[in-house]
Amino acid sequence: MASVGSHQPEPLIGPGHTFETVTDKISSIVLTRGTTPGWVFGFFIAFCLLMLLNLVITLLMIKGVGIWGIKIPTAWGFAIVNFVWWIGIGHAGTLISAILLLLHQTWRTSINRFAEAMTIFAVMCAGMFPLLHMGRPWLFYYLMPYPNPMWLWPQFRSPLVWDVFAVSTYFTVSVLFWFVGLIPDLATLRDRAKNKASQIIYGILALGWRGSAVHWSRYEMASLLLAGLATPLVLSVHTVVSFDFTIGIIPGWHSTIFPPYFVAGAIYSGFAMVLTLAIPIRRVYHLEDLVTERHLDIMAKVMLATGLIVTYGYISETFMAFYGGNEYERYMMMNRLAGPYAHLYWLLISCNLLIPQSLWSRRLRHSIPWLFFISLVVNMGMWLERFVIVVVSLHRDFLPSSWAMYYPTRWDWATYLGTFGLFFFFFYLFLRFLPMISIVEVRALVHETSEEQVHT
Amino acid sequence: MNEEKNSNHLAQARARLEGPDAPRFWQSVEELANTKLFRNFLENEFPANAESDRKTFSVDRREVLKLAAASAAIASMSACTKLPTEKIVPYAHPPEEIIPGRPLFYATSFPHHGVSTGVLVESHMGRPTKIEGNPEHPGSQGGTSVFMQASILDMYDPDRSQAVLHEGRVSTWADFTAAMGFIPTGARLRILTGTVTSPTLAWQIENLLKKFPQAKWHQWDPSGGQNVREGARLAFGRPVQTVYRFDQADVILSLDADFLVNGSGYVRHSRDFARRRDLAAGPSSRLNRLYVAESMLTSTGAVADHRLALRSSDIDDLVRRLAAAAGVAVPPSANASAKIPSGWVSTVLRDLNAHPGASIVVAGEHQPPLVHALAHAINEKLGNVGKTVIYTEPLEARPVDQLDSLGDLVGDLKSGQAELLLVLGGNPVYNAPADFEFESALHDAIAANTLKLFIHSGLYNDETSEYAHWHVPATHYLESWSDGRAYDGTVGILQPLIAPLYDSHSAHEMIALFTGDSGTSPHDMVRSYWQSQRPERGKAFEDFWETSLHDGLMARSALPAIAVPVRADFVSQGGSQTASDPNQLEVVFRPDPAVDDGEYANNGWLQETPRPITRFTWDNAALMSPATAEQHNLSSGSYVMLRLGGRTVQAGVFVVPGHADNSVTLHLGYGRRRSGQVGTGPGFNAYLLRTSRAPWIARGLEIESTGKTYSFATVQFQYTIDVAGHPADEESVNAFNRHRDLVRIATMEEFRKNPDFARNPELEPDQSIYPQIPYDSYRWGMSIDLNRCIGCNACLTACVAENNIATVGKDQVARGRMMHWIRIDTYFQGGLENPTAYFEPTPCMQCENAPCEYVCPVGATTHSSEGLNDMVYNRCVGTRYCSNNCPYKVRRFNFYLFSDYTTPSLYGVRNPNVTVRSRGVMEKCTYCVQRINAAKIRAEEENRTVRDGEIVTACQAACPTEAIIFGDINDPGSRVSRLKAQSRNYGLLEDLNTRPRTTYLARVLNPNPEMTG
Repeated sequence: MASVGSHQPEPLIGPGHTFETVTDKISSIVLTRGTTPGWVFGFFIAFCLLMLLNLVITLLMIKGVGIWGIKIPTAWGFAIVNFVWWIGIGHAGTLISAILLLLHQTWRTSINRFAEAMTIFAVMCAGMFPLLHMGRPWLFYYLMPYPNPMWLWPQFRSPLVWDVFAVSTYFTVSVLFWFVGLIPDLATLRDRAKNKASQIIYGILALGWRGSAVHWSRYEMASLLLAGLATPLVLSVHTVVSFDFTIGIIPGWHSTIFPPYFVAGAIYSGFAMVLTLAIPIRRVYHLEDLVTERHLDIMAKVMLATGLIVTYGYISETFMAFYGGNEYERYMMMNRLAGPYAHLYWLLISCNLLIPQSLWSRRLRHSIPWLFFISLVVNMGMWLERFVIVVVSLHRDFLPSSWAMYYPTRWDWATYLGTFGLFFFFFYLFLRFLPMISIVEVRALVHETSEEQVHT
Repeated sequence: MNEEKNSNHLAQARARLEGPDAPRFWQSVEELANTKLFRNFLENEFPANAESDRKTFSVDRREVLKLAAASAAIASMSACTKLPTEKIVPYAHPPEEIIPGRPLFYATSFPHHGVSTGVLVESHMGRPTKIEGNPEHPGSQGGTSVFMQASILDMYDPDRSQAVLHEGRVSTWADFTAAMGFIPTGARLRILTGTVTSPTLAWQIENLLKKFPQAKWHQWDPSGGQNVREGARLAFGRPVQTVYRFDQADVILSLDADFLVNGSGYVRHSRDFARRRDLAAGPSSRLNRLYVAESMLTSTGAVADHRLALRSSDIDDLVRRLAAAAGVAVPPSANASAKIPSGWVSTVLRDLNAHPGASIVVAGEHQPPLVHALAHAINEKLGNVGKTVIYTEPLEARPVDQLDSLGDLVGDLKSGQAELLLVLGGNPVYNAPADFEFESALHDAIAANTLKLFIHSGLYNDETSEYAHWHVPATHYLESWSDGRAYDGTVGILQPLIAPLYDSHSAHEMIALFTGDSGTSPHDMVRSYWQSQRPERGKAFEDFWETSLHDGLMARSALPAIAVPVRADFVSQGGSQTASDPNQLEVVFRPDPAVDDGEYANNGWLQETPRPITRFTWDNAALMSPATAEQHNLSSGSYVMLRLGGRTVQAGVFVVPGHADNSVTLHLGYGRRRSGQVGTGPGFNAYLLRTSRAPWIARGLEIESTGKTYSFATVQFQYTIDVAGHPADEESVNAFNRHRDLVRIATMEEFRKNPDFARNPELEPDQSIYPQIPYDSYRWGMSIDLNRCIGCNACLTACVAENNIATVGKDQVARGRMMHWIRIDTYFQGGLENPTAYFEPTPCMQCENAPCEYVCPVGATTHSSEGLNDMVYNRCVGTRYCSNNCPYKVRRFNFYLFSDYTTPSLYGVRNPNVTVRSRGVMEKCTYCVQRINAAKIRAEEENRTVRDGEIVTACQAACPTEAIIFGDINDPGSRVSRLKAQSRNYGLLEDLNTRPRTTYLARVLNPNPEMTG
């Protein structure tokens, strides 16, 4: 594949890499690097937070959702904000691996593995909230169409039922896609492992992969098919999540712009989270030549683009609120701009709209600390956006008599922090026991890169 | 060295005794000094008490329940050992009348400050569950009040006193009666009761007084009609009862009288008043006109056509000016008020004069006797007497000046004249005027052994019973036989709905112990008294008795009207007036709208009832106007020290728009020290400032900020009023005022010009893309007349009782988790100084296009074929999406397990036809679907359709003003259809296309065109 015109893109992979060095470098992190004190420290913190989540869930089961700050009128609070936030983060991985695979974007190879892992763990975190926020979570199966003697079905007009299908399908396909991609690498680990236990465990997980041409052909086909399946899901999950709001009649929810605006927002936050994770990882594991500055630059550009779509959403919402002439919509917007939660709205605008504009600058896109800072800012901004949508819309709706303020309790914060524990608990395990970068695909990239070099 | 230590202890102990939280009883100096030595001793001696001593006494609710359960278990174990010796009867043939699942209704009477009001009590299998008004009874006519509705909970209250106590230890009734047998007839016995209108009890006490020549009978009711009685005595030279006929009055002037929710006959007053606010005839209807001059904005003030915010102590000036103008010889007030607008008095008087014999001037219960006397004189001048104002003999068997009466008792206690004290149902230690120092008089008399025996009979083990040698649990009115008089004198019989739950005994039995009739049952006492009083004999009496029991009242027993002329010299009899500094801060004591004088402090339903206007729960407050708060640099939530005549109390401040300036209203009934799990604790005790010299209105209050804050649990969004006295959040006020048009209002003049004023073309519903659902059978709907609603909360309390609604407590209310299915939204219009308040009762709208239904993922809220939004609790998983999507926010969620599943005594109060909701389930108004279905079953049995008026929802039944009407809107002749056909009919948020089944009738005010403002 020849590069176009005189513009020479930076290489996607550091100089001097061969098949051998790539395999060595990635597999050694799992097999020979061992358990470092830094890893143990991080894992311990994640574990503590996971235990905090455990505590919250126990308390929640014993006492009820009253431990949170939710009330009438804001019957949804942190749980739904966090759900939407986590599921948004869970968008980047599948987008990178599926859509970009179909679009033949080769730069995705170095980051897709851990982005996918991030997706799965984020969707796990997200998936907990709809269950936990229910008044009677032990009856969650009422939301599923299961055979029962009363012939009772879920109420299919409710977007919450669509959510169940959208999220569970997305999770299943993401896990499958991720696992299928892992098979050749698991076989590599099996072959390189020195101790018996690792050989057996990786051996079982590798499903008898021998690297035959038939295997490779099946593998390619399966990947393509799963990518084809996952692609519409990336768009549908957050569209369906946005239906939770648009189907409602509450001002601030009832809006047709939500589906595209939510999907763009999800990709925005997803890429921000990938950056948040990739920047420290490439440094700690010395992967700068595999996850290069070019990767970071591309991701920054994706963020800038999706950020602009989200900005368009904000502008359109605000314009329509006044142009539409609807009293309730107008008040909802005034309340966002100048109401009791206005400081959060303006913080959100700074985080999602103003500060990321710095990414227009190539110099700042290549400043790794700045990128890391932006990624955190966007993550926070997207969380605030969901807070504004969920809470600020609900707390003052139609009848002023039922208006009220929403204040999260310490258990709200504990639940939120606890899901970070869950996320990082799995993520640390993933870093330690699985190849965080796809060996196979990077080797293919080495092949292509060398070919490119040959051609030029 | 040892000695030094001891003296040190003494100093510490003395300091503690003189300190603010001095213990009343103590055992040793070490204990008092609370030294380390003593604590060590305690820890060694009683390891269980090793925690701080404070903590040992703060038993939490759970612990109480554990103890209760343990004691119940022990009690049942002991029961196992001994089989009852009585014969038991198998349930082979059911008792007559009782069909399982079908309730029976019995008529009885609800006593409140001595005045009894007829009620019908619903009983399921011998278990009373719900109170309704008695349509036959003149005091109710079917209406009820919050107190009537909630009184049933008191009977089942687990904190009720359950056993006879002797010196604080559990004893028995037999021991008590045995002990009473030794009392000589020469004993200096003192009896303290509340206001007694029961003819039987009065007759018994008179008999007792004959038998014990040294005995005295005292009466004390802290918030009764003391001033009403003394006002009548002043005007007429004798006490009389005044019966107002508000249905006959075209013009009413209320002088600080909250006559719709307070005072004798208030339920009937509401009904009569609302009849004259009816607009069935459209623009040609003739409305009455209500003028109110008052300090605190009350329910009555909120429905007034003209309201004047005037300090309670300035009413004196107002009534003198009015009386003088009406031709009563009265000198001008020594305390002239600058707040009465010029021309106000003359305009009102012109209006009153224009309706001779069809107007009423009514003075508030807490106004001084002279104001009452002047009101009587004005009514006489206006020709109202005999028409709208009727005088009868007093209801009380022995009308006395209760302040004097209680004062005498305290005097006797101090002088050692009282040897034996019997308190029947009162709590004077808590509610006697502060300057009487009742508690210390009682304590000293007991300590000096001049008061040899102190017997207390009451529902609760309270502040007073703490001192009693003997405490006997009193029966609840639903457990006892008695009688009483209604506001017009009609005699009602109290018949028990259930045998006493505990070892409790009524006042009749207590008195009988002394008169030697202790063998007679209370039933026989009441019956034999009336047998001796009635002309009927034999079978005729049997019939009369049966009929009276059945109807709940004795026919034609109302007291006849009497002619009493106003004395010529009553003004001078009223004593001279002293001028006081007009800038002094005034304090007004009033009974709390929910817990009254403290009698209902332990009633969770009432504690959680949002107070009219202020909308807070579980508290009383120092209520004041925005300007007064501003002047003292306070705002809602400031915590202040109130000082009056050297007495102090600390209170939270709550700013009330429309309150008169320079005046503070304090509600009585809070700050209970010994009430129960519910009543002990909340609020502050306003009795601590209340003296016999100024029991209702006093001047010279000082306010001092403590710098601390106090949080109120309000149920309605409050405009934040900042120190400058202006709404801090202009935008939220505008949101309501500008376009939402939630409360639609007009004056009578506007209504005549435009009968369709309530229609707002901008807010008409749009076309729906969905086809209209056909409703072929019934189509239930509700109409709420805002012109009748007085915001009294009777509907809310009735709903709580009918639908097993949980009480959640102050903390949960503050977190926005109250469970009421109907709420009285209150909106204000106009400036903060004197806004018009509007009540809007908001139950579920039962939308035809219900936003709640389609978002439920499990179909737990579904549409019935009759158009109800049904809740299927079994199916609900608690996603709360329905509540989010409800534009009216009428859905309520069980965030915790709010229903009490653990207190056995509370099982009894539950309506067996309504599910007790568990944790994690959404709930809301069902239009009382259990009542709808009961009526449908009955109709089906009789092979007919449900008749109009056959189904009455709980809120409708309770409403004293008939503001709520329910029925089938498919039937064009039904009452609700005819109301909805009125031009004033409108729906809330109709532009959302929800097609609400609950609609409102817009409010029409009838201001005097001659008066501005």
